[in-house]
Amino acid sequence: MRRSWFAGLALVAALATLAFLLVPIVAVFANVSPGRLVEALGEESAREALLLSLKTTLIALAIVVVVGTPAAYLLAARDFPGRSVVLTVIELPLVMPPAVAGIALLAAFGPHGILGGAVSALGIELVFETAGVVVALVFVSAPFFLRQAVASFAAVDGRLLEAARTLGAGPFRAFATVAVPSARGGLASGVALSWGRALGEFGATLLFAGSLQGVTRTAPLAIFSDFAEPGGFVAALALSAILILVSAALLLGVKLLGGDRPAADDGAARL
Amino acid sequence: MRAATPESSTAAPGATLTARVRTPLRAFELDLEVRAAAGAPLALVGRSGSGKTSMLRAIAGLLSPRDGRVELGDSVWLDTGRGVDLAPERRGCGFLFQDYALFPSMSAWRNVAYGMRGPRRERREAALAMLERFGVAALAEARPATLSGGERQRVALARALAARPPVLLLDEPLAALDSTTRREAIAELRAVFAETATPVVLVTHSFEEAAVLAGELVVIDAGREVQRGTAASISASPASPFVADFAGAVVLRGEAVGEGDLTLVRLPAGAEVWSADRARGPVSLSVFPWEISIEVGGPMPAGAPGVPALGAPGVPALGAPGVPALGAPGATDASLPGAPTTGAAFATDARPSVAPVDSRLNRLACEVTSVTTIGSRARVGLAAPEPLVAEVTAASAARLDLRPGARVVAVWKATATRLIGDA
Repeated sequence: MRRSWFAGLALVAALATLAFLLVPIVAVFANVSPGRLVEALGEESAREALLLSLKTTLIALAIVVVVGTPAAYLLAARDFPGRSVVLTVIELPLVMPPAVAGIALLAAFGPHGILGGAVSALGIELVFETAGVVVALVFVSAPFFLRQAVASFAAVDGRLLEAARTLGAGPFRAFATVAVPSARGGLASGVALSWGRALGEFGATLLFAGSLQGVTRTAPLAIFSDFAEPGGFVAALALSAILILVSAALLLGVKLLGGDRPAADDGAARL
Repeated sequence: MRAATPESSTAAPGATLTARVRTPLRAFELDLEVRAAAGAPLALVGRSGSGKTSMLRAIAGLLSPRDGRVELGDSVWLDTGRGVDLAPERRGCGFLFQDYALFPSMSAWRNVAYGMRGPRRERREAALAMLERFGVAALAEARPATLSGGERQRVALARALAARPPVLLLDEPLAALDSTTRREAIAELRAVFAETATPVVLVTHSFEEAAVLAGELVVIDAGREVQRGTAASISASPASPFVADFAGAVVLRGEAVGEGDLTLVRLPAGAEVWSADRARGPVSLSVFPWEISIEVGGPMPAGAPGVPALGAPGVPALGAPGVPALGAPGATDASLPGAPTTGAAFATDARPSVAPVDSRLNRLACEVTSVTTIGSRARVGLAAPEPLVAEVTAASAARLDLRPGARVVAVWKATATRLIGDA
């Protein structure tokens, strides 16, 4: 068996990375007994926070996917002046600190924001309301999906779409039956990344929508408020463990549904 | 948004397709006019990047030209003057893409059924029937990624024909196939062209493929037509050195009459040609001009002893007294410095009277119809009476005093004669 020093080094690096990422997760479960987990679920505030997280992230994800998919398709297919500027703007929230995102949302849609008047004229209340949580989640999570979707659509062979057109499909049918299935893997991982980001969202939600139990206090906010109370560390740990399980299940489910695994004939890189 | 059944399919069967397109491409302007009648396949031939695929795309509606008119019979698909430009789904052309463009996420039958309307069960049945027609029904559930090149082409062809398109367009239909599969595909395509009563326009960079697949050829260079006509007429009298250079092989149609180790092909006018390829029935026969040598000296077997062999007056013929035949005792002496001309005489310039010693089986009496000089080479158009083309050096052409009307003998090997069965 031939082993180069680099292969050995890469193995060590891989093990170190894996260990560093896993140890905190293992620590959470090491500190919480299964019995305590069930008990934590029985607490009204924890259950409310989890359900609220599930509800708001699903609504935000639906908005992101429904609006973002055709938008990404257009951005991938068309070349127009300023396209790279548009793509950069889309990615800006990726690198924006969540607290800054919260402040920015307040400045835009808050009571004194530039569009605040228009929003309340429509009878919509965002601050200290569940709708505000959804707005914050869409803002921070959309770029994760859009980025993936644009890249996936750009990789679809244009001739497939042309073939669909010559076979009688209009632009929408070509998009829905050829482009989306061809970009399926990338779209699925975009959904997973976007959903994961939304589940963990903390700063923007706190600043923009506040932390009202049952209304805007999502699971991450509940963890923080548990932690801030004297002796609440165990409660925070229990909720964290549940959130880890839920996120892992979501990620795994989406990956499996999207068929996001390496093709059999793709030769793996050899060291 | 769902597209209706293509309106164009209501065009009368047997309608003629006419397309005139003028539009700037990257490096030049495409300026072309083509006309394809039902049952008479038209080939656009040219090097890659000559604009032929763009023409096909303009006909299908995948490219909107700046200026042009495309119509099938009475239905106008494109008329830039009147602002008419039907979307590709309303033209409904059967389009065979160069790399087939099969939908990777769908099974073979779903690919074929994509262009069909109606309930799922009916579409599946019709798709299976189409796959059956091309002998790939067993692959109905297979994904395109698992198919071979030839299988992919059959599925793509079935898909392109499934919705009974009013026009069939093929982009480099043979380019992605290996040579064995190519032969089968040629037969398949020709059968399809005969079956479908629609105009067919195909695009290829190979003059030989165009000659085998289509009756009429349009040679294109930098977006413009250089010459049009049948393959034989183009290769026999190329309009320009470019066409002559491009026109590569000579292609003739004939009937394979004898099959043994070699195949004997009878040409329409009665001349016979041997080939080392096997075939039966109607065939296309191709030979490259540079494989054909020209001998001057009247009909074969030449009984005229006074005629000198090709450009070598006074060269002793093989077998003549004093000249050892190859392999005979003393043959090695021939290569000694003392006898320098023997080798040359043996190589190409044997007298017609000693033809049996020559390994080249095909000897056709011809009349020279044209001589086109391209640099150091000369393309000699011949009538046997079927049109043939020989390529010799310009020096040889001058030495043999080749000019229209001269009687010559065209000579080439059976192994240089390629046969492609018609169906």
